[in-house]
Amino acid sequence: MNLPLLIGVMVVKILVVFVVFLTTIAYVVLMERKVLGFIQFRYGPNRVGPWGLLQPLADALKLIFKEDFTPPGANRFLFVLAPVIVGLTAFLPLAVIPFADKILPDTLTIYGQKLDLTVASLNRGVIADVNIGLLYIFAVASMAVYGAVIGGWSSNNKYSLLGALRLSAQMISYELALGLSVIGVLMIAGTLSLVKIVEAQQHMWFIVYQPLGFILFLTAAFAECARTPFDLIECENELVAGYQTEYSSMKWGLLMMGEYGHVVIASALTTTLFLGGWQGPFLPPVVWFLLKTFILIFFFIWVRGTFPRFRFDQLMYFGWKVLLPLSLVNILLTGIIMLYMPR
Amino acid sequence: MQIIFFLLAATALISGIMVVIQVNPVRSALFLVLNFFALAAIYLLANAQFIAAIQIIVYAGAIMVLFLFVIMLLNLRQPEEGGAHRHLGQKIFGSSLATAVIALVIYKVFRMIVPPGKPLTPDFGSTEMVAKSLFTDYLLPFEMTSILLLVAVVGAVILARSKVE
Repeated sequence: MNLPLLIGVMVVKILVVFVVFLTTIAYVVLMERKVLGFIQFRYGPNRVGPWGLLQPLADALKLIFKEDFTPPGANRFLFVLAPVIVGLTAFLPLAVIPFADKILPDTLTIYGQKLDLTVASLNRGVIADVNIGLLYIFAVASMAVYGAVIGGWSSNNKYSLLGALRLSAQMISYELALGLSVIGVLMIAGTLSLVKIVEAQQHMWFIVYQPLGFILFLTAAFAECARTPFDLIECENELVAGYQTEYSSMKWGLLMMGEYGHVVIASALTTTLFLGGWQGPFLPPVVWFLLKTFILIFFFIWVRGTFPRFRFDQLMYFGWKVLLPLSLVNILLTGIIMLYMPR
Repeated sequence: MQIIFFLLAATALISGIMVVIQVNPVRSALFLVLNFFALAAIYLLANAQFIAAIQIIVYAGAIMVLFLFVIMLLNLRQPEEGGAHRHLGQKIFGSSLATAVIALVIYKVFRMIVPPGKPLTPDFGSTEMVAKSLFTDYLLPFEMTSILLLVAVVGAVILARSKVE
């Protein structure tokens, strides 16, 4: 037992996952611009590097060197706090999502010291196997709305405030459907730990047992990420840019990273809950996980390129009168089937 | 462990006091969120992960967002100058009442001989244990709470219903 070395291994593992996540976010932005360009018969970014592959780097440099402006009359502390919350809540769920089965051997010898890597599941493809993993993700995700609300309020701008109000109403409405749509999965798997949920899908993906739950979860996730059919918070023709109106420079960059981080996390979580996570034949687990996640991310972008936007009353109607009853029906059906069809 | 507990307890107490003494309602609400987080962390220290997560999801994630929503919608301004002398009678009455209640509580607590409780099992706060006790020992209060909430929902719908028949 060598504590400093174990902590060192843990830190390295977290750093690797974090860097991969940040790179993914940067390239998801590029992927979105490319795919949207394809859908709209344009080229998309193609100037920086081959096929525009260095565009994220150029974007980041541009954002860092832009003027960092705080509007007069804004609450300075809260104005800075908001992007921090948005970024943090986008990164935190990553800790419990399993991306592979085993990535390291059980014991490792570093500098002649034998390390037992089964401690704190260091050898597993997950940072922390928490027994309330799914609840943890919901808890962290429910904090994301504070970033937008605080940012919109502290900007001292009518459009920002209206955007923040819309967002909080939307989040509250769709969080219910999101939470209830995964209950079916929990009933079948019998656990809240994401690692165990993936292991329970060894023989069959949960999308087969929970087709309705999958559709409901994905729809509610679109709304929670405020992506296109539900992107009323940044409806340009009404609200300029919603709660982000007054943000500039890297603060705006952090808000954007948070937004795309939510898309990546939502895709990864859908993969974990319904599509069998890292399980799959022939290819290594990490590849399967990334493949499924990126197919879902592509689906997010595809919908953005092809769907019009809801009106706000339609959004509320859909959330409360369609999604919520359907997710309750899903729980009931799952319960009945589990009761009368013992496996 | 003890140091972490006292740090969290101090955070909870200070943020609780800040909730009361802040003039700006939005800041009050945000300090209340901080308070909830400190409480959730204390639950985690006590090995009650499920209760900690529910504390964050329900209180910080849902109820406080609605609070903030209402505060922003009403757009409460800071009270105008000279507010210190308004409602003087209420302030004196309220603070003396609060002091009396605190004195009573402290008196009772010090008088009471606390019976030694049963030692907790290590998994008392896990999802399974909470569910088991909710649906066996405490089933009746649990179901009655749900009826109470239903009554509140029906009442809210009737109050919010437009008068057009």
